[in-house]
Amino acid sequence: MEARILDQFRAIVGKGLITEASQLRTYECDGLTNFRVMPQAVLLPTSTGEVQAIVRICQREKIPFVARGSGTGLSGGALPVENGVLISLARMNRILEVDLPNARVVVEPGVVNADVTQRVASHGYFYAPDPSSQSVCSIGGNVAENSGGAHCLKYGFTTTHVLALEVVLPDGSIVHLGSRAMDRPGYDLPGIFVGSEGTLGIATKVVLRIVKKPAVIQTLLAAFNSTTEAGAAVSGIIGAGMLPAAIEMMDNLAIQAAEASVHAGYPNCGGLLLVELDGPAAEVEHLMDQVGEICTQCGAWEIRVAQSEAERAVVWKGRKAAFAAVGRISPNYIVQDGVIPRTALPKVLSEIERMSAAEGLRVANVFHAGDGNLHPLVLYDGRIPGQEERAMELSINILRLCVKCGGSITGEHGVGEEKKMMMSEMFAEPDLETMQLVRCAFDPQQLSNPGKVFPRTRLCAERTGPYQPHPLEVAGVAQFF
Amino acid sequence: MGTHSSSGASIAGTSIAGVETAWSDLRVLVGAEHMRASMGQDAVDGVLPQMVIEPGNPEEVAGALKIATGAGLQVIPRGGATKMDWGNPPRARELRSGELILSTRRLNRVVEHAWGDMTATVEVGCTFRQFQQTLAEHGQRLALDPLWPDKATIGGILATNDSGPLRIRFGSLRDLIIGITLALSDGTLAKSGGKVVKNVAGYDLPKLATGSLGTLGIITQAIFRLHPVPRESRTLSFSNSDSATMNALVLAIQDCNMVPTGVQVRAGSSSTPEVDLRFEGTAAGCEAQIEQTLRIASGARRIESPADVWNARSTLWSGAEPSVVCKFSLLPADLGTFLNLIRKASEPLPLPWRLVAQAVGVGYLRLEGTDTGALLNALQDLRKKLETRGGSLAILHCPLEIKSKTDVWGSAGDALALMRSIKAQFDPTGALNPGRFIGGI
Repeated sequence: MEARILDQFRAIVGKGLITEASQLRTYECDGLTNFRVMPQAVLLPTSTGEVQAIVRICQREKIPFVARGSGTGLSGGALPVENGVLISLARMNRILEVDLPNARVVVEPGVVNADVTQRVASHGYFYAPDPSSQSVCSIGGNVAENSGGAHCLKYGFTTTHVLALEVVLPDGSIVHLGSRAMDRPGYDLPGIFVGSEGTLGIATKVVLRIVKKPAVIQTLLAAFNSTTEAGAAVSGIIGAGMLPAAIEMMDNLAIQAAEASVHAGYPNCGGLLLVELDGPAAEVEHLMDQVGEICTQCGAWEIRVAQSEAERAVVWKGRKAAFAAVGRISPNYIVQDGVIPRTALPKVLSEIERMSAAEGLRVANVFHAGDGNLHPLVLYDGRIPGQEERAMELSINILRLCVKCGGSITGEHGVGEEKKMMMSEMFAEPDLETMQLVRCAFDPQQLSNPGKVFPRTRLCAERTGPYQPHPLEVAGVAQFF
Repeated sequence: MGTHSSSGASIAGTSIAGVETAWSDLRVLVGAEHMRASMGQDAVDGVLPQMVIEPGNPEEVAGALKIATGAGLQVIPRGGATKMDWGNPPRARELRSGELILSTRRLNRVVEHAWGDMTATVEVGCTFRQFQQTLAEHGQRLALDPLWPDKATIGGILATNDSGPLRIRFGSLRDLIIGITLALSDGTLAKSGGKVVKNVAGYDLPKLATGSLGTLGIITQAIFRLHPVPRESRTLSFSNSDSATMNALVLAIQDCNMVPTGVQVRAGSSSTPEVDLRFEGTAAGCEAQIEQTLRIASGARRIESPADVWNARSTLWSGAEPSVVCKFSLLPADLGTFLNLIRKASEPLPLPWRLVAQAVGVGYLRLEGTDTGALLNALQDLRKKLETRGGSLAILHCPLEIKSKTDVWGSAGDALALMRSIKAQFDPTGALNPGRFIGGI
């Protein structure tokens, strides 16, 4: 990068400019470590004004930029671009305002997810989206990825809880999307910005909605001989008209990994279910009895109900640590993030089992079973030539299976760098072209996180063509929405 | 309407012959029996379109848009026609070769109710009641309570982002819609989102299209997440001596850990504020929460809940004319102050008023008065106060004279340019509902 541009950047952020190769290495990847790119420079602004000044230079000099929060993303969304700069929002980490009567909290993007809850917990409130990385991931990153978590079955996703944003657009202007009150007239700009994976600009302030803590929380743990039995219990619970706060499932391999890692005390079984109910005490107790009955009817041979906060914490510990725990039983692994309609679960699980056997690679399964979000973990040994490629192929084929069953290639990790080629398998060309109209409205020069999410970039002057049905649709195999 | 942009000018100069060809192409596309000349009741804010067409499937909607756009026609989408007066009047005809109402009436199927997955796909011309009845067969519902459910269609409800008291528990449409098929003005038919509740693949066009008043495209199909029909439902109401005690009660209810599915405020120039509460779920859960409520509301007087109280906002559309009905949004803690502001603005004239508001901070206000100048002044005064506190005021029903003097939507703030860019990308010739949305979009 030219010295004159670096000087301009330095004038804005001072010591918050990193150009040393050894220091840049920290930023060459996010949580998806098999993609690595060294940026030209890393900038650490401390205010909206600094972000704006940086983006203005980028715009003037046509320098692509990538925003980064804590770098915990699992799809390569914060992967730098080679000829661009990385803008880390880690130093913009202040909670600016807590408005309890209106249940609003205003934060800078670098604030850690769990810190929001921590700030309001003593008043009986919490911030609902709870990705497993919540103790380190940032609100800005959550906004980019529309992060979910185990409790989004009941409470919704990041987009449900973001009411307004201050954003630096790729042209360097500052705009305010949404408002502190609901239903601002005009297009739902927070709705389109949240989950846009850093391709529409940089959020510099976020207005969050917080939620009152439920009166009672109970977590039931049930052991089954198979995931099929556990899956039947999930259908039974939902079919009985209940909306649990969370329903999580783990298969035997995932249980083994969790036990090896954090000793959560899980029973050694074929399928483990965690069902969490929350709400008024009278309601939770009544419904938890029913959940227990349904589990027993479906073959559960051990049922425990965690009542205290400490007991719940132990039950959740194994689940939240599951991804990392797989490192205990395999040198390498790939985490996937497919979604299927919940009723397709038995079919998809047996197909994954078949595919896993055919490839000779183990697959551990951890799911948000209530909403059909699968996290298959494909285990492999990178030292064995060819195994990494086969593992990647298997994980992609699992996503294809999800799409074929009417699901999605990502439920919460985002498309990022990793799955952008898969977008063409889920959407037909006119669908992708139409999405990119949004990109062209926000970022006609495509400077903000370029090359992510979509398989191809679209020249913004182009006009869309008429609708071409997807080949699978013509064949009557699948509907794409 | 000084705030309107002139993006529609790009289609000026379309020839009359081109329009005649378009009419005939449209007739061929949808069938002569599904196209007719307009009648008086088809007028939108005094603008009488020339034709009404009723395509029979999403492909025909897209095809019709392509033909109409190519001929420089203005397209006004229409569902059940219950809310056609929401929005600014269509932009003046001189820039256009004609107007066409595209009715979704024939797109009325419930395509799929995947009850095991708690999702459903529906064509947008389906009425809300019909959709809900189909879902109820498996004990499920779309957890939304829009206005006029017998007539209002899914498409119209989406276009206007209508929602009622249930939103305190289930959110509004943006929290319930998971997929759409959108017909663009150039004839593209695009899908976004999907049939699964959890899905972050690509931009969230279902949210962008919701509340866009048909200005970006015509939604032909929508997919929703569903909820179970509750086992039990209980309603109780309270009368409060003044606005401050009302607001304190509403905030206290929200600050405890109960889970109401409705917290509503009713007030008016000739009545004291009343609060309605609803609990749904198990009988035991409802009863326990009612007990807790009675403890919290010990300072208020319990009253009999009026019949059909959860449809109270629909009554704001009847009364003496001329009148104005508007939707407002504010921070929940500002509701009591807002009631006092309304009293202050309306009493001297006087302008009789009634209001129905949800505790999340979204409400509806009716003002009556023969002096439209006074009505407009009162509205602008209230709007200004709301907007400075992060709220808004959108006029839904009013004399045309008022529409000629203000943007019914209010201010879009510094995001207006961005909204215009989005419109320009999706509908570059400005064919869809031109002028009717915020800032003249």
